[in-house]
Amino acid sequence: MKSLGSIRRSFAPWNDPTAKPYILFDGVTKRFGDFTAVDDLSLAIHEREFFALLGASGCGKSTLLRMLAGFEEPTAGRILLDGQDLRGIPPYRRPVNMMFQSYALFPHMTVEKNIAFGLKQEGMPAADIAKRVAEMLALTKLEPFARRKPHQLSGGQRQRVALARSLAKRPKVLLLDEPLGALDKKLREETQFELVDLQYELGLTFVVVTHDQEEAMTMADRIAIMDKGHICQVATPAEIYEAPSSRFVASFVGNVNMFEGRIVSRRGGTAEIAGPDGLSIRTDNAGEAAEGADVAFAIRPEKIRVSSQRPAETGFNAIEGEIFDLGYLGDMTVYHVRLADGRIVKASALNAARTSTDPLTWHDRAWISFAPDAGVVLTR
Amino acid sequence: MTGPGGWSRFNIVSIVLGFAFLYLPIVLLIIYSFNESRLVTVWGGFSTKWYGELFRNRGLMDAAWVTLRVAFLSATAATVLGTLAAIALTRYTRFRGRILFSGMVFAPLVMPEVITGLSLLLLFVAIGLDRGFLTVTLAHITFTMCFVAVVVQSRLLSFDRSLEEAAMDLGATPAGTFFQVTLPVIAPAVVSGWMLAFTLSLDDLVIASFTSGPGATTLPMKIYSQVRLGVTPEINAACTLMIAVVATVVLIASVLNKRREVQRQRDEQAARRG
Amino acid sequence: MNRALSAVLGRLVIIVPYLWLLVFFLVPFVIVFKISLSQTAIAMPPYTPVLGFGDGLPAFWERLWELSFENYVWLTQDALYFNAYVSSVVIAAVSTVLSLLVAYPIAYGMARAPASMRPTLLMLVILPFWTSFLIRVYAWIGILKPEGLLNQFLLWLGVIDQPLLILNTHTAIFIGIVYSYLPFMVLPLYATLEKMDNSLIEAAQDLGCTPLGAFWKVTFPLSLPGVVAGCMLVFIPAVGEFVIPDLLGGSQTLMIGRTLWNEFFSNRDWPVSSAVAVILLLLLIVPIMIFQFAQARAQEQGR
Repeated sequence: MKSLGSIRRSFAPWNDPTAKPYILFDGVTKRFGDFTAVDDLSLAIHEREFFALLGASGCGKSTLLRMLAGFEEPTAGRILLDGQDLRGIPPYRRPVNMMFQSYALFPHMTVEKNIAFGLKQEGMPAADIAKRVAEMLALTKLEPFARRKPHQLSGGQRQRVALARSLAKRPKVLLLDEPLGALDKKLREETQFELVDLQYELGLTFVVVTHDQEEAMTMADRIAIMDKGHICQVATPAEIYEAPSSRFVASFVGNVNMFEGRIVSRRGGTAEIAGPDGLSIRTDNAGEAAEGADVAFAIRPEKIRVSSQRPAETGFNAIEGEIFDLGYLGDMTVYHVRLADGRIVKASALNAARTSTDPLTWHDRAWISFAPDAGVVLTR
Repeated sequence: MTGPGGWSRFNIVSIVLGFAFLYLPIVLLIIYSFNESRLVTVWGGFSTKWYGELFRNRGLMDAAWVTLRVAFLSATAATVLGTLAAIALTRYTRFRGRILFSGMVFAPLVMPEVITGLSLLLLFVAIGLDRGFLTVTLAHITFTMCFVAVVVQSRLLSFDRSLEEAAMDLGATPAGTFFQVTLPVIAPAVVSGWMLAFTLSLDDLVIASFTSGPGATTLPMKIYSQVRLGVTPEINAACTLMIAVVATVVLIASVLNKRREVQRQRDEQAARRG
Repeated sequence: MNRALSAVLGRLVIIVPYLWLLVFFLVPFVIVFKISLSQTAIAMPPYTPVLGFGDGLPAFWERLWELSFENYVWLTQDALYFNAYVSSVVIAAVSTVLSLLVAYPIAYGMARAPASMRPTLLMLVILPFWTSFLIRVYAWIGILKPEGLLNQFLLWLGVIDQPLLILNTHTAIFIGIVYSYLPFMVLPLYATLEKMDNSLIEAAQDLGCTPLGAFWKVTFPLSLPGVVAGCMLVFIPAVGEFVIPDLLGGSQTLMIGRTLWNEFFSNRDWPVSSAVAVILLLLLIVPIMIFQFAQARAQEQGR
């Protein structure tokens, strides 16, 4: 079987039906007054997993994290950690630690004191604390800043102090609330990989909340897409991107072209979709959609080819249009092609060569084409 | 369970008790001003006769008039001086003697009144100024302007400097900028500074006792001399009236403020709908 | 308006309030100091020598020699003054601690209140401040008197069978100071507590602190600037307080503000009351400096 995306995974306990989930949300609901932040949600996260909760602000992802940390109690349902029901356990007795979005570094304590804070609460002997703090400082490359106060640090350094502080107690699970949100783009990209390496080395379970899909895609083993207190899809980044389960997921993650239509014929996995204005698309990924069903055909811009001539391949979908807009981004070029019915289709082409043999420009006639397996059919 | 940010029962109880402590004496004072009996602590039925007595008491009425005039004049002058001082402190971060200046602005806030009163009196004697209406007013300007300065300064500190820069960029002179941009924006703070100065002046006993002379007895001085002889319902009535005046002013100010705020929110919503 | 005129106006912003404070705040202190070195006289003004340059420099020089520290010596010889200073500081310190204990829960509760309620609560704390200080102290006389409302209430409850003697004791002074200065303590505390990031407390709990532990290790240390400012705002004026000990403290209570008042108005001894004021000021210099420093720091952080 072909794998979705270019990554081959050896760590995939979620595919093993005998594996016991490490964190289990079981029918969890959380209401604030009339507002339902999390609605009858169930989710299993495995040990050593790097799990991302992705969604727009207000989707309930932070509430979910805060329930795990113990700052909120579920209105209904239960949360299990390593088989233990967490209900009624206050945050200061839970074996999880959190890295706060604002970092929440204690401004009246030095970096060292901040890192040692949690260990002191445990009553660890002073010598052991000093050892562990030194270890954490080394791990996060903060040794030169041990005696500084938080306001004397840069944004990236503060982020590392927050990380070191939450890791110092060796929690069973580390919760990260928008861990890179306050960093600038370049630093964010570097730190993403550092976090992944750290998680792998320490062998911990990470649960990260983010609204940044790139961050989630880069770091996570699996992503849960959330909307209005529900989980829309839980899958690996490649599955989320290449096989979204609904129109919402498809349009939330990455760019997508969506064609609404109806299945007019279906044989095996292959189906014919007819849309308004004589649009007809042939696809090999009909999925569950039955004949006569109203569906959306979703296809990513990079799966669409733009050319001045009708492509020669048989079985390809090809539609004629006009170049409406184009943007040259260096590594690739983005085309907006206007079809006869006025709809705009986005396509992108990787600029693998420095020169192009088939240059297109504004108002040129052009064909968009894609293979029958390039898109997916969505029923929801 | 309430989270660490919660509004717990402990919080509510401490606030209720705190406010009871703050308001109970004032409420009791008001209630007993309507007491028929001359004995202040024995309830003899409802009556407004002490208010009548109060208005027939010429001494108290004269003192009240003096006090109001002093308060009005000194609050107005203190607002001008205090606002200038606040601007000097926030806008000119470097000038000779700034430390002394900021010291002189903040020190009167905590300076025991007996010291301020005594020192001002000795100044007036030294320069040969007869004690009376003028000296009380000058003394009140001096100690209330510092309160105005602190109120206005805290507003200026949170003031977006780019507003002033924009005005100057569009061709306004510094003075023009101040009157057309800065002053309108900090106006609420200036007004509450004035009100604070007014009530502080209305209230002052110690400094007025030192700096006032014959013919310029203020209401607190009059009240004090009567209180020393014992509690009388007439004074309760006078106090109730003073509280009523202040409460009315504060109430009107907050209602106006609230209405403006509501109007602004409505405008903003309307603007968002387009 | 031309540029030069603007510059002059800019200078005036500083010069006018500066001169005013120099003349009406600083110069008076110099005069107080000078008179504290003079002798009492039955005259108007009731002290001698009257130092001035009107009679020429030699006369001024001669009179300078007549100045003496006699008044200060007098202050040290009569135990009354020493006791008054000590008891003022003790009463002010006890009242400050009590104010802090009363004000902290109120300020904390306000800072934790729903954001929509906070302006109203703040208003309610400030409101009594707008009513007369004298009146508010006076109101306590009616409550604390032996036949006053508090005793009536407690007798009615059956908690006591003899009226408590509260008025004219130190307890009455403590109540008076705590009551009158409460807003001064609540406001700076509230300002620091309200600004505090709630996630700091959550972080402390996340790292294993109980709610009480988080309060002592995070909330309280971070509110220290407010604690210092509030304590200074109460302590300094309370040391020199006159009205409260005079109305609530009875005749035997010794406080320096009252001593100064009596020296001045009853004994008409201007030089001794000036000396009393100078010593009081020296006593308060350190707390005032602490207050100034705290103010300057708060201002820096506000920027």
